[in-house]
Amino acid sequence: MSDLRFFIDPIRCIGCKACMQACSECATHRGKSMIHLEHIERGTSTQTAPMVCMHCDLPTCAAVCPADAIKRTEDGIVQSSQAPRCIGCSNCVNACPFGVPRYYPEIDQMLKCDMCYDRTSIGQKPMCASVCPSEALFYGTLEEFQARRKGTPKNTFQFGAQTITTKVFIVLPEGEIGLDMDVISHMDARFEPDAFDHLDPFAHLEPLPQAQGGLL
Amino acid sequence: MAKPPLSREDYLDLYGPTLHYTPPGGFRTVDDYDDLVDTHCCFCGQQCGIKLKVKDNAVVGFEPRYEFPFNRGKLCPKGIKRYLQGSHPDRLLHPMRRTPTGYERITWDEALSETVAKIQEIQAKYGKDSFAMLSGVSLTNEKSYLVGKFARLALQTANLDYNGRLCMVSAGAGNKKAYGIDRSSNHWEDITQAKVIFIIGTNIAECFPITTDYIWRARDNGAKIIYADPRMVPMARTADLFLPLRVGSDSALLMAMLHVLIRDRLIDEEFIRNHTVGFEETADAVSNATPEWAAEITGIPAEKIELAARWYGEAETGMILHARGLEHQTKGVDNVVSCANLALATGKIGKPGCGHSTITGQGNGQGGREHGHKCDQLPGNRDITNPEHRKYIAEVWGCPEEEIPGKGLTAQEILNAIHAGEIKGLLSLCFNPLVSLPDANFNREALDKLEHYTVIDFFLSETAQHADIVLPGSLHEEDEGTSTSGEGRVIKINAPVTPPGEARRDWEIMLDIANRLGRGKYFQYTSTREIFEELRLASRGGTADYSGITWDKVVNTMGVFWPAPQVTERGKTTMNIAELDSLHPGTPRLYEGGKFYHADGKARFNAVKWRESGEVVDEEYPIWFTTGRVVSQYLSGTQTRRIGPLVDQFPHPRLEIHPRMAKQLGIATDDWVTVQTRRGEVIIQANVVNTIRPDTVFMAYHWGGKESANLLTQRALDPVSKIPEFKVSACRVRLATPEEQAEGERVKAASARTEKNLPAGYGLNARRQELRR
Repeated sequence: MSDLRFFIDPIRCIGCKACMQACSECATHRGKSMIHLEHIERGTSTQTAPMVCMHCDLPTCAAVCPADAIKRTEDGIVQSSQAPRCIGCSNCVNACPFGVPRYYPEIDQMLKCDMCYDRTSIGQKPMCASVCPSEALFYGTLEEFQARRKGTPKNTFQFGAQTITTKVFIVLPEGEIGLDMDVISHMDARFEPDAFDHLDPFAHLEPLPQAQGGLL
Repeated sequence: MAKPPLSREDYLDLYGPTLHYTPPGGFRTVDDYDDLVDTHCCFCGQQCGIKLKVKDNAVVGFEPRYEFPFNRGKLCPKGIKRYLQGSHPDRLLHPMRRTPTGYERITWDEALSETVAKIQEIQAKYGKDSFAMLSGVSLTNEKSYLVGKFARLALQTANLDYNGRLCMVSAGAGNKKAYGIDRSSNHWEDITQAKVIFIIGTNIAECFPITTDYIWRARDNGAKIIYADPRMVPMARTADLFLPLRVGSDSALLMAMLHVLIRDRLIDEEFIRNHTVGFEETADAVSNATPEWAAEITGIPAEKIELAARWYGEAETGMILHARGLEHQTKGVDNVVSCANLALATGKIGKPGCGHSTITGQGNGQGGREHGHKCDQLPGNRDITNPEHRKYIAEVWGCPEEEIPGKGLTAQEILNAIHAGEIKGLLSLCFNPLVSLPDANFNREALDKLEHYTVIDFFLSETAQHADIVLPGSLHEEDEGTSTSGEGRVIKINAPVTPPGEARRDWEIMLDIANRLGRGKYFQYTSTREIFEELRLASRGGTADYSGITWDKVVNTMGVFWPAPQVTERGKTTMNIAELDSLHPGTPRLYEGGKFYHADGKARFNAVKWRESGEVVDEEYPIWFTTGRVVSQYLSGTQTRRIGPLVDQFPHPRLEIHPRMAKQLGIATDDWVTVQTRRGEVIIQANVVNTIRPDTVFMAYHWGGKESANLLTQRALDPVSKIPEFKVSACRVRLATPEEQAEGERVKAASARTEKNLPAGYGLNARRQELRR
């Protein structure tokens, strides 16, 4: 199995959607993006988070597929549903704990990220991680990551009683060892201990002068 | 008369913007292309390396270009989808003449004859300078150089300027004052070595996305980030120290930081003594600029200003980065030299991990301002008023010195002069001032007054709709040449395809006009490589010296940093291009060893006195208004508002407003609001976000017509750089009336068409035939 890994570091995400635009250029899914960008909440933060398929060691999506349409390759890539087998039931969409697979009614089939299997199977990087301007998405070996990046990559996740290990790593802030956390706070984590003081950086500013029913 | 005969909706039907989604021939299920061509992105000043897929003489997609050292395969969404501008249904494919009902197709001979006749008629009647030229800095170095020579020797007008005037000129002027040369002080690799990075007035994540990687690499090396901005933009969100400064107050913050550095002896006295001039006067000027004083002006708590100064002063290495937020002001030059004062006082310049750089917004914003299409400059960053500089360029051009006109008007001043009836004719090349210049209503009135306007462009931009003659020019991927990135790296642009239909390369069009004006003897080129060879000679001995750079060397080394003077023959007064050697390795980092580019080799401190912006808030207009960009759009949107996937990311401008102000005004997200300044008003939907100062509203400026932020901005200019005050205006905001909301919704609905929804008269099928080349 390849020792190349995929890392997602949401703190670095700048919400530019280069990953989505590049993904949609892939010949195998013709104009559709298989990576999704979550806006945490634009009203309160510019934080965004890219989401690819986590490529679970024991994929729940495949386990619940009644048609056995979802295959995992020897090198750990969980593929999109196989067109002749997929019955469009959306079991996988509902079962995935990470919320990744999507059902496309126009082709009556589930599609999702296959980590650019056409590229990674021949030693290239996935399109999204190739273009990501801030390396919020990174593709390389664990050693390569650790040699030059801060943060703690994790690939074991707990969903209730279900423990899932994945080919894809989520990068937690330095020193973090568990996932028992307030996700949004973590994404705002800085390197300075008092960094949270700018969660409302404008709190000290006076309101604008106000007259009847509006601003002066 | 240049007033457009059709309504905006009619132009939309005929010339777009049309949202284009699919590559020529549709998406392919297997990778199917004839060639993969190394080139660069056509958008911002980072000039990322990219490979373009080519099939049947059309660009059909991209591949990352991992081997190019600046971006190593990385791209932003604009670079990824840039290929969709080729084979676009809005593409101008043949020359056109304006008629009372729109445009009619004419031959190149007719179009050029009419243009030349009008130039001659207007100049005979009103004088040579009554015909002006405006050009863009998306042009290659070769085209920029040619435009400068063309305007001076073919049009024989002094009134030539470029759209870099709306971009980095404050940085250029400030850099020259401080360091004697106008370029980023260092290559971007130095960012990764910095222990503190002070970023002020730049939304790096959205405007220069690849630069975020350099900053993260620095952070991985232990760097602290100080970020000053009125908005908590994406990179500011993660900063170690965020300074939420009020728009227009930059120099007060910078003065106070210098005050703290001097007060706490965090300065490099030896460096100041040996390598600078003017420290005492500058120190005097900030003696009363305490953090408490600056806190009142900027709205940043004094202790944070102290902390920022201490972090910057105490760090072993440090970098200052800024962009339009700091430069787009009537105090742009003051702000830039205030940053230079910090770098010079601490000696954080000319060393690894140290520097002070502007981030160039436009593709060739750096190279475009070096080769002579600025109104005050000749090639090599030479001064058009300097007799020795004029004499040298006259020798290179083979013309009498007196044939080179003097200093002309700047971009906004040209529009002002057109409005005043002093300039009667205009030729423009890739410049959309109706969207990109401030006070759009005024500029529209000006364009309506022109007696003649010829435009060279590849899409019919909002400004081009005022043209009498339209000449279809070339896209980035249809011509070759060089460009100079924000870090000062000269790179090679390649041409994977030829122009479609009857469109032609821009330089060939200019050569034809020059010939017809009887000035062909000065324009004997058969390729852009020949233009570059002359540029080398013309730049030789100037501060922007390219004489030691060749196309081959640029290709072989992935770019050469200027200055790269000729080495072995230095000082030889040859006019023979073949005698110029190219052995200089280039200069990634300027000022090493404390050597600056003023005649005495020393840098200059520049004392700055605090002053307010050209317009400040008052009872009538109580809210600060500022403008900027979004990641999926580029400049005036002429290109990106036609690329469907990019438009989908951010289809319309939104007014960003803080929840506290929104509550005061009774506004919620998605509500239609009316924003008014002394220049005009815009009806727009609100986005209530707590990532902006509560006294400020923000709007992105990429849109035209009634969605244009520049309906609101003012024409006040920086006295030195003549850059307009885009970033600071006073406005008022209120909920839109039902009638205004209906108008806003109508404008929004009529801003673009999709390919599927084109009117029958659009002639897409016929165009497609021509687009197949």
